Amino acid sequence: MIITTTKGDMDTSLLEHRPGSLDNDVEYTTWDEYWLDGELVHRSVHVTLKKSPFSDLFAASLA
Amino acid sequence: MANSQSMCTSFLGELLSATHNFSSANPAHTANTADTFKAALYTATSNTSSSTTLCASVTAYSATVNTVPEVSGTGYTAGGVTVTNATNPTATNSSVTAGVGYWTPSSPIVYTTVTLTTAFDTVLIYNSTQSLKAVSVHTFGSQTVTAGTFTLTMPANSTSSALLRLSTT
Repeated sequence: MIITTTKGDMDTSLLEHRPGSLDNDVEYTTWDEYWLDGELVHRSVHVTLKKSPFSDLFAASLA
Repeated sequence: MANSQSMCTSFLGELLSATHNFSSANPAHTANTADTFKAALYTATSNTSSSTTLCASVTAYSATVNTVPEVSGTGYTAGGVTVTNATNPTATNSSVTAGVGYWTPSSPIVYTTVTLTTAFDTVLIYNSTQSLKAVSVHTFGSQTVTAGTFTLTMPANSTSSALLRLSTT
């Protein structure tokens, strides 16, 4: 697969792939890092918000 | 059953649609045309006060908001990207006194082929049609992007998880 890198478009077969992820109550995040000879040349991130951190923006109270 | 006092759930959804106007200083709106909303990324900060962080006190988009700078880097355009808005706000009643009006962008927010070397952890949604006025601030784990794509996928557009919810309890 060809990806953009700081060295131009490169085939991922030539690169070291270091994926990662983060999962908590607010988000599920994954990232894909590609390294070339110890140098980070590509990092993409995908954040999925599970829900808005504020449960309610507005609450009505009538006296 | 007795009548129950409550703010009407339909009103909550209509607030998100600019149906009601209580002010004589309101901006003009075009009927049946949604405003354009944008999403800008801001750098992570260790600040904690309401005047030095992106938080509820934000009133509008700017290149620096409450001392926090917007990200900058290759492929990123100041002001961010336009939010896809193909789904109108919805209002759902849940009881005689409670309901929720809600809205969520209809597609992920995507910054394609960017390099953002300074860590960022915040996106500001704002109204680019109405004087760049702020809508909401959302945070996530601090990130950088190198010659890659940053994708922010929205939560489900429901009463319990929509990005924006106005509710009565």
